[in-house]
Amino acid sequence: MSEVGKPHNRGVTPRGASVSARPQPQVKKKPEQPVAKGASQSEINTRNKTRSWLRHHRMMAIDSLWRVIRTPFSSLMTWAVLAIALALPTGLYLFLSNAQVVTSNRDGSAQVSLFLKMEVSESQAQALRLNLETRTDIASVAYISKDQAMKEFKQFSGFGEALDYLDDNPLPSVLVVRPANTLTLLNQQEALFTELDKMPEVEEAQLDMDWVKRLYHIMELSQRAVSALAILLGIAVLLVVGNTIRLAIESRRDEIVIVKLVGGSDAFIRRPFLYTGIWYGLGGGLLAWWIINISLLWLEDPVNALASAYDASSFELIGLGAGDSLLLILTSTLLGWLGAWLAVSRHLGDIEPR
Amino acid sequence: MIHFTNVSKRYENGYEALKHLDLTINKGEMCFLTGHSGAGKSTLLKLIMRMEKATNGQVVVNGENLTKMSKSKIPALRRNIGVVFQNHQLLFDRSVFDNVALPLLIEGADPKMIGNRVRAALDKVGLLKKEKLNPIMLSGGEQQRVGIARAVVKKPPIILADEPTGNLDPKLSSEIMHLFEQFNEREVTVLIASHDLDLIARMGKRVLTLREGSLINGGGNR
Repeated sequence: MSEVGKPHNRGVTPRGASVSARPQPQVKKKPEQPVAKGASQSEINTRNKTRSWLRHHRMMAIDSLWRVIRTPFSSLMTWAVLAIALALPTGLYLFLSNAQVVTSNRDGSAQVSLFLKMEVSESQAQALRLNLETRTDIASVAYISKDQAMKEFKQFSGFGEALDYLDDNPLPSVLVVRPANTLTLLNQQEALFTELDKMPEVEEAQLDMDWVKRLYHIMELSQRAVSALAILLGIAVLLVVGNTIRLAIESRRDEIVIVKLVGGSDAFIRRPFLYTGIWYGLGGGLLAWWIINISLLWLEDPVNALASAYDASSFELIGLGAGDSLLLILTSTLLGWLGAWLAVSRHLGDIEPR
Repeated sequence: MIHFTNVSKRYENGYEALKHLDLTINKGEMCFLTGHSGAGKSTLLKLIMRMEKATNGQVVVNGENLTKMSKSKIPALRRNIGVVFQNHQLLFDRSVFDNVALPLLIEGADPKMIGNRVRAALDKVGLLKKEKLNPIMLSGGEQQRVGIARAVVKKPPIILADEPTGNLDPKLSSEIMHLFEQFNEREVTVLIASHDLDLIARMGKRVLTLREGSLINGGGNR
């Protein structure tokens, strides 16, 4: 586009005003007459160029959208493939966000059992309990006396009557500490645990940590898995768009040859295909957004039923927020554009007029 | 306008299409290029369009040395050359008007100006009434004239034509040659490859004759 308009300035106007047939055998560079005319002329030229550049963008955007819509069935297929590839990681991401809310809402996710020393009396234990309860990093403390512990043990261990033959109760009394919800990080909970473990009344502290740790790592693993899946499916989107654009390039081969022959720049030839990629990406993103919202709607009732069964009726399914929706659609559009770029840079060079 | 200095072109398969060719075509000149098929006519035109690159020697068009030209400057070169092809090279997915408008579109011309210019060019070739038709509905001669209108719509300083009258009857052929003559009267450099020797003789212009890749007649600066 850089040389736009030059032929007209070169004196091939009907009047032929600046034409002078110079029979010089070695014509070097043409004298740059437009430059000599001053800045105002070149400013106008620049503005005209920008305007025609924008005009061509608009034209190509509309033209390629029209081409996409004109073949509704194949376009819809492409959109559907893209939408599924995008909806899958997005849906899993939503599932994880919801799972995180569920797990962090659960009280006592990391409850600590403090087994007190045998010589600690009940009143000492109660005092310790009250003392601990005033702390901000502890939600609640429950006291289980030796007798209670024995009763529970008899009930659940299956030894039953056999335990009656014991002379005295070998079980210690226990304080069950529930850390505050504010302690979300694993190491904060562990710090609390070590502190409790060192208290003089405490024989041994047992952090009910295993499943918390497991859950924590499962969540982290799942997040990574979803990210990996998202990357893979993103690449799939690139390839799908790239292949579709490759076919579009192939079907417009004659046109490309002719445009190259009459002096169309690479950018000019690329433009409609890049817009096609953008439309595929945008359509795929919108369809993915729609699929996710439909699925959420469909899941709402069973989720509510499940939540009320767990006495968590306040739980509400997290959907795609405005930011996430925008991100989904923008990413999809960008992937479409990028896929088109890949196809165009790979295949346009092969098409040369012969 | 067009200078060949010791130009040779050897294709990758070893075929030598042009051998040590020297040629100068001045600005505003009209020339015919003749020779048997395989004599190198098409190769010569392709070198001017930079569709092919000379193996040896220099090709200078409109002050630009094509042998040293980077790929990114090729479109600008071609925008200064109007080409008419034997096989028309029209697009059948759009109207006659849109076919002719293509070079202006590429240039980013103003839409209002495009309308005027396209109609002026179509008027020149006598197809003003057929602007809305698809070129596939036109006869061979009419298609050729659409191709000519597309070549001249931008008023390029150079017009190249490869067998523009190849499949046309004598009357149509001379009409089309006459059209080229009219453009030439406006200081446009015109180079026409043709083997219609009778017609060429009647035109009374410089004739370049190629045989086996060498100019045997009409080379150099007249």
